[in-house]
Amino acid sequence: MSRPALSTSARAAAVTLAAVLPLAACVPNAPAGSESIAVDSSDTACEVATTSVPSGNVVFDVTNSGGDVTEFYLLAEDGLRIIAEVENVGPGLTRQLVAQLAPGEYVTACKPGMVGDGIQAAFTVTDSGVELATGDRAEQLDAAAEAYVLYVRSQVESLVEKTDAFLAAYTASNDDEARALYADARVHWERIEPVAESFGDLDPSMDAREADLAEGEEWTGWHRMEKNLWPPAEGYAVTSEERAALAERLAADTAELASRVNAEDFSIDAFQIGNGAKELLDEVASGKITGEEEAWSHTDLWDFQANVDGAAVAFGVLRDVVNETDPELVTELDERFADLNGLLEQYGSVDDGFVLYTDLTDEQIVELSRAVDALGEPLSRLTAAAVL
Amino acid sequence: MADAASPSPGDSPRSPLDGSRGLSRRALLGGAAAVAGAAAVAGGAGFAAGRETAGLPASATYPFFGAHQSGIVTPQQDRLHFAAFDITTDSRDRVIALLRRWTEAASRLMTGSDLGSGAAGGSYAAPPDDTGEALGLPASGLTITFGFGPGLFDERFGLEDLRPAQLIDLPGFAGDTLDERFTGGDLCIQACADDPQVAVHAIRNLSRIAFGDAAIRWAQLGFGRTSSTTRAQDTPRNFMGFKDGTANVRAEDSDLIDRWVWADAADGQAWMAGGSYMVARRIRILAEIWDRTSLGEQEATVGRTKGTGAPLSGGAEFTEPDFGRLGSDGQPLIRPTSHVALAHPSAHGGARMLRRGYNFTDGADALGRLDAGLFFLAFVRDPREQFVPVQNALSSSDVMTIDYLRTTGSALFAVPAGVPAGSTLGDGGAFVGEALFAS
Repeated sequence: MSRPALSTSARAAAVTLAAVLPLAACVPNAPAGSESIAVDSSDTACEVATTSVPSGNVVFDVTNSGGDVTEFYLLAEDGLRIIAEVENVGPGLTRQLVAQLAPGEYVTACKPGMVGDGIQAAFTVTDSGVELATGDRAEQLDAAAEAYVLYVRSQVESLVEKTDAFLAAYTASNDDEARALYADARVHWERIEPVAESFGDLDPSMDAREADLAEGEEWTGWHRMEKNLWPPAEGYAVTSEERAALAERLAADTAELASRVNAEDFSIDAFQIGNGAKELLDEVASGKITGEEEAWSHTDLWDFQANVDGAAVAFGVLRDVVNETDPELVTELDERFADLNGLLEQYGSVDDGFVLYTDLTDEQIVELSRAVDALGEPLSRLTAAAVL
Repeated sequence: MADAASPSPGDSPRSPLDGSRGLSRRALLGGAAAVAGAAAVAGGAGFAAGRETAGLPASATYPFFGAHQSGIVTPQQDRLHFAAFDITTDSRDRVIALLRRWTEAASRLMTGSDLGSGAAGGSYAAPPDDTGEALGLPASGLTITFGFGPGLFDERFGLEDLRPAQLIDLPGFAGDTLDERFTGGDLCIQACADDPQVAVHAIRNLSRIAFGDAAIRWAQLGFGRTSSTTRAQDTPRNFMGFKDGTANVRAEDSDLIDRWVWADAADGQAWMAGGSYMVARRIRILAEIWDRTSLGEQEATVGRTKGTGAPLSGGAEFTEPDFGRLGSDGQPLIRPTSHVALAHPSAHGGARMLRRGYNFTDGADALGRLDAGLFFLAFVRDPREQFVPVQNALSSSDVMTIDYLRTTGSALFAVPAGVPAGSTLGDGGAFVGEALFAS
């Protein structure tokens, strides 16, 4: 654990940035040279600095000069269909909206107080001759989200099976067997860690490290059992009753996780997938590369590989979309994933097992860390390339 | 201009050339030709102007004497050298003698004077009394603030019954990754100045005259103040790139300072009247990870805009956050798990802190990652009410703290009152903390 992230930070960001996913043909960054269009949204007026622009990337700087929260929409000619929007602009604040616009007639609308149809005006995009990406982005992103949900469900299914086997050995005090099963079961948790962590109540119960706890907090979950199975030299004991209770709780938490991801209304949007990929690499950079995650078993490389696997799958489902908006990023990510996986291969595999973290030399750890940073940096641009 | 600093009453900057309280290093050395030449090169008016920092003249001099120690409500300087010490003697008398030496030395250093017979003016056969690296430099707004850690109140010195209840052993906070190399201490010295060489000179010389009685346990250099302690100062930025300390208590808020910073005799230990408690936390920022975080997520994490520092509920930097203002999804514009929501006084019964932190970087770690962050310093009247609840809230719920910060150092000190104006220093004279030993 360490990051109750997806549920809080990622969703907050999604709302704050608020470029709506489905219909907006947006682009990641304001390209150099494109002038931004000032929009002044007051309580009673919606002043757009110009009513006509050439097609291509269009940047709006939306300033809320009113007293209430406002929104700015770019609508289709019918004044109903949303092309792009920026929400939740507090009084006095300015937010940028970037959209890729084809020639045609549009409608701009400010919605002070976030109610009603908004203050609308006509807006024209003339033909600049710039070619725009076509594909139906909304459909692509929906397909990506569906594919990712299936991946999450399959990993949780494996997690349930392997956790059961591990807990059976643990409660029967077959410690050698439990130790052999520990890292392999956790791989399925680590692959989907940001999703698992988005359930803020389950993560601390299942995956807290000792250092994550405040004084007096009860310690349960995988890492408590880890310390029990690879105990410090002396002074650490867990009774069989405690073992049974820990096992029962982890089994119940895992079942709860499975029931939530298999619920009909469980969904993940493309924003969360992209951010989840970045967060998986953050996990590697903050916990695994330092050997903090598996402080007793030293099986950090299993988690490391699993985090990278999960990030690669997230990238994979968004690949087609990003290939249209930023093909160079796809190329770079392919190379960086290959580099990092190539390094990890030297130390084993999920199927055959890895060397222990403590067997790595300082130089090898530095080499891995550099490869993680080399991947993490471009991976942090994935979300914007996919959804904005 | 000295008056641009808007100092609080009793804490006025003074040009070292006023000379009313000791000589400046430059004035002192005026007669020593060889050294004076070097000093003159460095001591011209252009030099002083060139070192102006954050609108404060480099020549600011703050009075050592007063009801409170300097370096608390003093307009925050730009540089820090902080040191925590272990007391290495078991003798109460030796501790008192050390505090007398420190007091006298601090009073001289703050005027820009060098120590004893100086760096170049003493016996040819003896090492100079002053180490010399501040020769020719003005006082640079130096303040020296002394603090007492829990260890001073252990069985060695007969002070057990005088330990303030406020001087707690800080609890373990969730997620703390404390490194013993940056934790605790029996005594501490906070040296702040607008010139790092002046701050380092102070700690170096004060630790030198402590050898045998106290030794540095750990230390921290800081730069780029991360708070404003007066209204005249702009809000600076921390290493996360955000304005930090917008809601800080300022020297001008005298009611708030009296309520939340200065200890009172009625608080439990009469000897602490006019003092305060200093929380020191070395907070590393996982810079590489933060830097890969989208602007939207960064702002949601903080609860303020990165550009102007306005709360996400709207307005400008100093607009009060409106935690009840909802967005289109029915959720608050400022997330309840944002840093500003969890740290805000309204979430803690109005409790305030006088923050006085610094950015730090100690180079890189073994993996080549920036070892940098915030050296959090805060002065409070009661850490149990003003720091611990806030830190508990942050440690358990703050996305910033949990995802992007690692606290590696931690300590708490009781900062006694100042040495009254008109006191005589030296053998048998007044010293910082005298009231404790007289109790």
